Amino acid sequence: MVVITNLKRYARFLWNFLRFSPNITVGIVICLVILVMGFGISLFAPYDPRRWGSTPRNLPPSSDYLLGTTSIGQDVFWFLTYAIRNSMLLGVVGSAIGLVIGTVLGLIAGYKGGIIEKFILLITDTIIVVPTLPILILVSTMIKKQLDMVMLGTIIALLTWGLPVRNVRSMILSLREREFSHVASFSGFKMLNIITSEYTPHVLPWISASFISRINMAIGMEVTLSIFGLSSLQEATLGTMIYWALNYQALLKGLWWWILTPVVTIIFSVLGLFILSVGISEFLNPRIRLHRIMIGEKK
Amino acid sequence: MGALKEYIIPRICTYVLVVFIGITICFFIPRFTPVDPVLAIINRLTESGQYYDPDALSQLIDSMKELYGLKGSLLDQYIAFLRRAFLGDFGPSLANFPTPAVSIMNRALPWTISLLFVSTIVAWLVGNLIGGIAGYFSERNWAKGLGAFATVVYPTPYYIMALLLIMSLSYAIPIFPSYGAISIGINPSLSLEFILNYAYHAFLPALSLIIVGYGWWFLSMRSIVIHTKSEEYVQFGEMTGLPRRKLLLRYVIRNSLLPQVTGVSVALASIFSGAMITEVVFSYPGIGYILYQAVINGDFNLMMAVVTYSIIATATATLILDLIYPLIDPRIKYK
Repeated sequence: MVVITNLKRYARFLWNFLRFSPNITVGIVICLVILVMGFGISLFAPYDPRRWGSTPRNLPPSSDYLLGTTSIGQDVFWFLTYAIRNSMLLGVVGSAIGLVIGTVLGLIAGYKGGIIEKFILLITDTIIVVPTLPILILVSTMIKKQLDMVMLGTIIALLTWGLPVRNVRSMILSLREREFSHVASFSGFKMLNIITSEYTPHVLPWISASFISRINMAIGMEVTLSIFGLSSLQEATLGTMIYWALNYQALLKGLWWWILTPVVTIIFSVLGLFILSVGISEFLNPRIRLHRIMIGEKK
Repeated sequence: MGALKEYIIPRICTYVLVVFIGITICFFIPRFTPVDPVLAIINRLTESGQYYDPDALSQLIDSMKELYGLKGSLLDQYIAFLRRAFLGDFGPSLANFPTPAVSIMNRALPWTISLLFVSTIVAWLVGNLIGGIAGYFSERNWAKGLGAFATVVYPTPYYIMALLLIMSLSYAIPIFPSYGAISIGINPSLSLEFILNYAYHAFLPALSLIIVGYGWWFLSMRSIVIHTKSEEYVQFGEMTGLPRRKLLLRYVIRNSLLPQVTGVSVALASIFSGAMITEVVFSYPGIGYILYQAVINGDFNLMMAVVTYSIIATATATLILDLIYPLIDPRIKYK
């Protein structure tokens, strides 16, 4: 019985979450489409879509080839499913690793202070001032042959964890000066308690929104690298799709389905992720939620 | 005085350390890549089909290594590099020998700074002002429309935005040039012709930077303002019947500006490396473009010159920011 009540509660929570705002609903739908494309439909590819010459060349979209074919004989639709999978994988890895490092260090620095804070900030500032893109380009030239998505994501994360540290720290600094922090520490709360029960509600919206926007950043970086021809070009990603399309002059030859497919997919998916992140942070912001509930009761 | 001793001096020490560690990291990473600039030049020589005596060749390699500061162990190279870099000498550019790396950089710098400085500032001002107002009146329809525009524009990767602009405004409707900074035959001067030509070429790159930047400043400012608006002191201000204008500018926007000021200083400092995609996409002869060329050619000296300047610029911006932080937000004290 308890299990069922719990399940019901979760289901209701989920239902409330989904209907909370159009941002969340639309965002979730877009993300689901992307995820199903990348991790569901891609499993049913009749052959490895990366292989050259597996279809006739330069065919416009038709019932046989949903999104047409490329100049190197690939089916754009199946290639796209692989590309989405790899780009999402890279985005999640790049975002999660960087955010975890950044948030943990930022919390410690902001709360502990003293010599620990100084040391963390020293390393953080160094990471921030080291220009990301040149180093990323260098490292990718260096290991281009063995580059896979997880590795590229990790490299991106290791170069970009600096800013979250500063953000989280300055949030904590500001929170620490607020009254409820003094109240909590005077009433004998331990540091871990204060962080988990008092600060997390303030920081959580930022973390979840930032997780998603960093997925976007990682995807964008991979696209950029691909333009420079420095991603793993034999792999299917949204970036390499654009790279090969431009490389084979898809624009001049009028193969719009080849170049527009990845461009539209990128805009569509980053938009979906972005409005979802906005929706989540609105949902988690207690003030906005209270406001909504009050409006709902008035109606 | 306590603040000076306890906060400002240690902060400046950190600054020096950060610059030093940053430069060190950037010195060692390229040295572990397989891109060997000397070998690249030798290959270029031998590819031309001419026969070289192996002895003469190895002598050539030796003297080139010395010239490029690649002689001796890594530690020797590092110390020699630091000594010269301290005096502002980064050696000759390896790809455009014998022009010094610094003079190549100085030639590129004005292009980058003018383009990125102007577009960063314009995007910041416009984005924050409109974002602040749209946040304050967030229930109105026009505010929602503006929000929708920024929501589509902001998450789009910069490269995609640039590509779309080039596709639409320079291929489909050929109004603006898609590459270069001025037409051939026009020399930089204070003439009207030069200024017009410059603005004409800078328009697309600047527009792409402003659009993407605007999206970010608008959205972040709007969400901060929506949050600030629900703070008790603003509601109190509303209850006391303060004029809207004063409430908006002095109560809401001023208190929401703090993270935005943090953002703009970082954005300005990243002009050096941030310009890279823009300049490569639009073939704009600025610092990012030469940095890209340097990375591809394994031109260590030029690369280190640009990267060092970039590190110093970013670190200086954070330093200034940290020092003026308590002036902007009185809640944060020197500790």
